[in-house]
Amino acid sequence: MAKFTKKKDGDLPAVSTASLPDIVFMLLFFFMTVTTMKDSSLMVANTLPNASEIKKLEKKDRVIYIYVGTPTQEYQKVFGTEPKIQLNDKFANVDEVGSFILAERAKKPQELQNVLTTALKVDKDANMGLITDIKQQLREVNALKVNYTTYEGDAFNNLQ
Amino acid sequence: MPRRKGAPEVNAGSMADIAFLLLIFFLVTTTIETDAGLDRMLPPAEPPNEEPPVIKQKNIFTVNINRNGQLLVEESLMDIKDLREAAIKFLENGADGTCDYCKGRKDPASSDNPTKAIISLKNDRETKYSTYITVQNELVGAYNELRNREAQRLYGRDFTKMEAEYLNPETPSSVRDDLKEKVKRIQDMFPQKLSEAETTTN
Repeated sequence: MAKFTKKKDGDLPAVSTASLPDIVFMLLFFFMTVTTMKDSSLMVANTLPNASEIKKLEKKDRVIYIYVGTPTQEYQKVFGTEPKIQLNDKFANVDEVGSFILAERAKKPQELQNVLTTALKVDKDANMGLITDIKQQLREVNALKVNYTTYEGDAFNNLQ
Repeated sequence: MPRRKGAPEVNAGSMADIAFLLLIFFLVTTTIETDAGLDRMLPPAEPPNEEPPVIKQKNIFTVNINRNGQLLVEESLMDIKDLREAAIKFLENGADGTCDYCKGRKDPASSDNPTKAIISLKNDRETKYSTYITVQNELVGAYNELRNREAQRLYGRDFTKMEAEYLNPETPSSVRDDLKEKVKRIQDMFPQKLSEAETTTN
């Protein structure tokens, strides 16, 4: 009897934390591999519309992004509340789209220059006039493959 | 007296802390982007002095979106929910009887053949983008539905799944070569002829 009572010293044995770094490193590597750094911050409102018949944009290095939407709160004083085009990190006019595409295309490796896709990330409240002007610009520089980037969902939700 | 115990062991106790710090950094900066959307091809810029090809009016399915988001399909007002159905009917009409996989009504006033059928989409400058995307989605959906049906009949699986697998870079090339032919065959049965005219301003 005495033996048993003696051993009961109170505390539980500490849980070994020796494998904690391994676990954390595993998580770390996971996030490191799935991370894509944002190269430009959004300066426009960008709530994309929904669509159901979508295709995934595979290889990221073959995509040029064009953002369209109303400027966010902090830029509204300067740029107004009409939808604007954002190319990389600055606002642009419609007639700059063509030269932007050409400049971006020249930056890509030779073998990718003919397979580039232009992803149009357009806010759902934008008007088609601006989009049509962009499409006209894209046609002029022969960037014919476009992707209207959307969220996955029921397309009829757009109408509400 | 030199000590011969070798290098002293580095204390690795703070390793977890460092790793946690990095982990939190990546957690915060991560945006797992889900980039997907409707793929479309724009028509090439045409030379200004070229005559447009003559197309029979019955082979063109006109869809007109006005600034309030209302649809005018083949000269009559239509609800956007009925658009997919109407487009499917038009595409597989097969009036000239040469299309053996079409299940349409063979109405002589509608399209001759899926390979000749053209959908023409027009929109106003003040049409909302979201409405435009919904219409595009329905029209692409009409093509996909027909293609899926044929793919199910011929190969027992959906066209959209086959195409996604074909386009996925992780698919082994042997599978992809096999799929390429099938995808091409279905695409040729119902070629996507969706023309987008320039917008009107009124």
